Amino acid sequence: MYGKGLRALSISTVAVMAVALGLVFFWVPLEADQGFLQKIFYVHVPLAIVSLCGFVAGGIFAIQHLRTREQKWDFRSYVAIHMSLIFGVATLITGSIWAKGSWGHWWEWDEPTLVSFLIVFLLYATYQPLRFAIEDPERQSRYASVFAVTAGAFVPLNFIAVRASTQFLHPRVLGATSNLPWQMSLTFVISLVGMALLFTTLCKYELTVKHTRAQLRALRRLAERRAGTPTSATPPSRGRSAAPSLHATAMTAHPPSTRPERSR
Amino acid sequence: MPALLAELPALPLHEAGKYVAGAYVVLFALVLVYVAIMAVRQSRLERDLGELLQREQEARDDEQPRGDAAQTEPGGAQADPSRESTLV
Repeated sequence: MYGKGLRALSISTVAVMAVALGLVFFWVPLEADQGFLQKIFYVHVPLAIVSLCGFVAGGIFAIQHLRTREQKWDFRSYVAIHMSLIFGVATLITGSIWAKGSWGHWWEWDEPTLVSFLIVFLLYATYQPLRFAIEDPERQSRYASVFAVTAGAFVPLNFIAVRASTQFLHPRVLGATSNLPWQMSLTFVISLVGMALLFTTLCKYELTVKHTRAQLRALRRLAERRAGTPTSATPPSRGRSAAPSLHATAMTAHPPSTRPERSR
Repeated sequence: MPALLAELPALPLHEAGKYVAGAYVVLFALVLVYVAIMAVRQSRLERDLGELLQREQEARDDEQPRGDAAQTEPGGAQADPSRESTLV
């Protein structure tokens, strides 16, 4: 289900990332002001953009979950936010490294772009504890979706507010004020595509593994029921977890492969 | 290949080089850690699946003698082929 097209996606991710790296280090001209240090731009900015888009995507999936009540949307929302947090960590670390090289400081508290990204990151860092704090799976997914929608709406608002601010050190890349030469623009776009592909591939891996685990759990329960083993030996619930509960849907997703009726 | 490499600009790995290397290493380290976690999960899944298959095989082996006994009994029920394992 989720593993479909994973191989092609993985190969294209590796190919595009390799091309992007080749362009960054061997083709694109050095920037006049920052020189070699500006190469961080091709990893830091795509990471930040993909991370923020992932948060928004998590919100969109959450809207779908609230509309349809289908567990798969909560699952997708969870994975998108989870992956965006990992990309967010990478954004903060690469940004700090760039700041140290460029401004001489690891962090600049007066800089709205940095602080706003940190606020968004910290906001989403509460997502997993929120899920973990709610034991009932139905309530957990509903509350998590409401959180994802609210926080997802905050991301573009935050972005607009930062763009509207006048005092900044942070360079503006996208927009009318951008003066990137075409080689830099092309390399940036390819890096961005590579990063988006990496995000999608990792999300798909995560979805596939989690779904497979849920199916395996359901299959084990079925085998135990067939063998007459008391189910109390292995509790039907998977215990408290921040991850969405999938065990109820796992068997109905692929009934022909498990064929529960034949065991009766 | 050497001609191509000669055409390429040399990487200026001076003061800025360590920061650039650091940023790219962070990205690849994160991806590597993630892939390693996925590999661990994958091996756990494989182990669980192996356990399940083994248990299923044992259940089949237990059912086999009972099925044979039923077949040899006069008027005994025939072994139901639909009771075959769904896992193998």
